[in-house]
Amino acid sequence: MELIPYITEARPDTGLTNGKIGIWCFLASEVMLFGAFFASYIVLRTSAVEWPHGSSILNVPLATLNTVVLITSSVTMVMAWASLMRNDLGKYRLFLGSTVALGFCFLIIKTFEYYAKFEHHLLPHTSNFIAIYFIMTGLHGLHVIGGMITNAYFLFAAPSYLEHDRELLINRVENSGLFWHFVDLVWIFLFPILYLL
Amino acid sequence: MDSHASHTAEIDKHVRTYILVFATLLALTMITVAVSYLHLEIREAIAVALLIATIKASLVALFFMHLISERQVILLILALTGVFAIALLLLPMITNLDHITIGPH
Repeated sequence: MELIPYITEARPDTGLTNGKIGIWCFLASEVMLFGAFFASYIVLRTSAVEWPHGSSILNVPLATLNTVVLITSSVTMVMAWASLMRNDLGKYRLFLGSTVALGFCFLIIKTFEYYAKFEHHLLPHTSNFIAIYFIMTGLHGLHVIGGMITNAYFLFAAPSYLEHDRELLINRVENSGLFWHFVDLVWIFLFPILYLL
Repeated sequence: MDSHASHTAEIDKHVRTYILVFATLLALTMITVAVSYLHLEIREAIAVALLIATIKASLVALFFMHLISERQVILLILALTGVFAIALLLLPMITNLDHITIGPH
């Protein structure tokens, strides 16, 4: 007996698999989670007597590099899904492996950035700007780690899925990709508001 | 054309779009950074930065997340989320308009 229905074939009423509906509802809750922090940022910034320009404290070249890394990882993610659709396991592994590696690269660059702040004694209690910077980028970093774990699982579990249910793997990789693109999307807004304004 | 060939052609079309979107996203990132060095007035800088970020986010959502060809039920979920998210982001502005607690200054 199938424990969870409609994981490979579409539900007749929605025209979608339950997994697809599930991931979009989850992403909707994520919009509200990050939305609360963006709202907090607006409150802090508009009520502050003085607010530093991001580039005077933060490292813009490193953040730009991280933006390029994350955008590239989004492309490798969709290419992994496209390779799976073409039934090309070799390219699927190459692209999904690159996505995980780029996620790791993002975190290493972020670690360098955090380390520089710690060295200069710029800690969350120093100012509201540094506090919201650490909270928002930290929460985003946790999402990067979550996405990397999921993608790494689908990288190594792919042969086992392909033996039993190829369609299920395609659906799950697409859903994992949706989460990864969302992480990219959040960074697209974090980058200008924290670093460039 | 058989169904396998048409399926492959469809995927190839997707891949070409992904590469085009990727190049556009990189170009927009460079434009955002370049504009930040122009030292515009803060209102203009915020408007330009958020406009570019919105275009980039739309490209990711439409093409990488396939919203351009997604079912209506997903779009409805997102529309509802958008309404609540905008309300959440507007709350701070309402707080700033509250002159009873803030005072005349």
